Amino acid sequence: MKLLKSLLAATAVAAVCIAAPAQAETKRIALVVKALGIGFFEAAAKGAEEAAKELGDVEIIYTGPTDTTAEGQIEVINALIAQKVDAIAISANDQDALVPSLKKAMDRGITVVSWDSGVAPEGRQLHLNPSSNPLIGNMIIKLAADHLPDGGDVAVLSASATATNQNIWIEEMNKVKDNYPGINVVATVYGDDLADKSYREAQGLMQTYPDLKAIIAPTSVGIVAAAQAVSDAEKAGQVNVTGLGLPSEMAGHIESGASKSFAIWNPIDLGYSATVLAYNLATGAAEAAPGAEIPMGRMGTLTLDENSEGAMADPFVYDSSNIDDFKDIF
Amino acid sequence: MSLASPDLAGRQLPDRLKTPLQRFLVSWELLLLGVAVAVFVLNSFASPYFLDPWNLSDATFNFTEKAMIAFAMALLIISGEIDLSVASILALASTAMGFAVQLGADTPVLVLTGLAVGLACGAFNGLLVTGFGLPSIVVTIGTMSLFRGISYIVLGDKAYTGYPSDFAFFGQGYVWWVISFEFVLFALLAVVFAVLLHRTNFGRAVYVIGNNPVGALFSGIRVPNVKFALFLLTGLMSGVAAICLTSRLGATRPSIAFGWELEVVTMVVLGGVSILGGSGTIPGVVIAAFVMGMVTFGFGLLNVPGIVMSIFIGLLLIAVIALPRIARRLLAGRKD
Repeated sequence: MKLLKSLLAATAVAAVCIAAPAQAETKRIALVVKALGIGFFEAAAKGAEEAAKELGDVEIIYTGPTDTTAEGQIEVINALIAQKVDAIAISANDQDALVPSLKKAMDRGITVVSWDSGVAPEGRQLHLNPSSNPLIGNMIIKLAADHLPDGGDVAVLSASATATNQNIWIEEMNKVKDNYPGINVVATVYGDDLADKSYREAQGLMQTYPDLKAIIAPTSVGIVAAAQAVSDAEKAGQVNVTGLGLPSEMAGHIESGASKSFAIWNPIDLGYSATVLAYNLATGAAEAAPGAEIPMGRMGTLTLDENSEGAMADPFVYDSSNIDDFKDIF
Repeated sequence: MSLASPDLAGRQLPDRLKTPLQRFLVSWELLLLGVAVAVFVLNSFASPYFLDPWNLSDATFNFTEKAMIAFAMALLIISGEIDLSVASILALASTAMGFAVQLGADTPVLVLTGLAVGLACGAFNGLLVTGFGLPSIVVTIGTMSLFRGISYIVLGDKAYTGYPSDFAFFGQGYVWWVISFEFVLFALLAVVFAVLLHRTNFGRAVYVIGNNPVGALFSGIRVPNVKFALFLLTGLMSGVAAICLTSRLGATRPSIAFGWELEVVTMVVLGGVSILGGSGTIPGVVIAAFVMGMVTFGFGLLNVPGIVMSIFIGLLLIAVIALPRIARRLLAGRKD
């Protein structure tokens, strides 16, 4: 049954691809971001252009307000509705406040998808999450395990004890840690997303567990502080710091060897996928509904859950081989 | 009232004298109207989507709420004071309405809440300025942080939603065809404020205070009372804008209307109100509102990045402040 479904979907996409050149009309897809001038979103726009080139008959309108406000995005949306664009793919500054204007866009026949930062279900057709909690939980322990073929002690440096995201990711990590035999999670400490406190907690971990092989920090503040603590203790190479971080902040630590690899979503892939999804909905090649599977080009297919949300992929791994390409982007 | 008696009018009300500056200001509104027409015509040529009734109707939302605050702000600036806390009052009023929704308030109660909070904030500003004689720019920079700070404490990173469906009318409803409720309210308030400023004793007093506060005091105007009333009015209009914007968004976050105080002041100054007080008109502010709204919308249609719009508005503002002075200097030079 599933095979039949995907065959049908594939045929539909193929049909659209063949039909596309015949209808000379280009699809105008607007990529609306939280604010212009942010490296992460400029990279997403690059991905959208890549998708446009691949699809052929697509024009990308990359736009957004100057500061990250819902009011600014509404002005942009009004202007896009007025231009009768075919689709809007938005990373929202406010999941509720944009609903009335996005509803208006949908009423006037415009395809609306949200990506990165979502819109409430009634204001969009689908939402593309960069990743999912289980995928992130698995990734952070896999990153540590990849560099420990013989196993060893690892510790977690989290944000605050009440940080919702980090707690969910650590919980998901604990669910799958048995898949990585030999890896011992010896402690979880909290740096409260403060650079100095995270630094001291990382120092404490190294003193308490002399055999510590890796520190997993699923927070962009913690991972930098921990890598700094490892460098300062001259333990680069002995203790590997990994987790979730930003390439611009981690580039130095990848170079020094304090961190061998880390992960975060890839904005280029995100912009690419959002564009392809918007295109497929706007052309009628696919329909957004709970349970639907929608193709997104080289990134595979997006499976929607009961809220019409889906996860793009595993967090993207950054190491010495690709850090230079990304450190200037975000 | 001796104020209105005709034999004294010439001496007491310097805004009626035809000084070169006054003459320039008269033509300023004409010039601005010319700019507005030019913007409209250019937009119609630049984008095929501009001359569409629904699109133009959508575009009015870019300025209606800000203009409502700008009317009251114009009076305040003419009197020589300023209120930089208007956007924060809006945020606090919106937060209060969101809080009321959680307690089960219906639409009339919400409207009253918004207006009451606006008035209370205005009264607080007015008391500090007139009661303690503090400079309004310092007081309202302080309350700008204070009012929005309270919203942040109450809401944090959360949002209030779940406004009743009939509450949506204020920001999303249409009175007739493409004419939105907000636009009608904007037009009505423009008339009310124009009459208040240009046709009443109160309006005369505002000009007199702005031109010469000491002279106003000596001629029997209760300066503190008038100023207090102006702060109340500004707070009230911020409350009205809060109702419209909250209704349009259907949600309240503490960052709502962030940075609007500067856009409101820009609109007032662009409308020909002297930032030093003493002169300016409501029709000027109305035209300025249209110019700003049409420029933003026109640039939006051409997908010009927002930062270019900010640069354009900034240049426009500098030009507006600089032009009268340059003109005055040129006129003064010619007399010698």
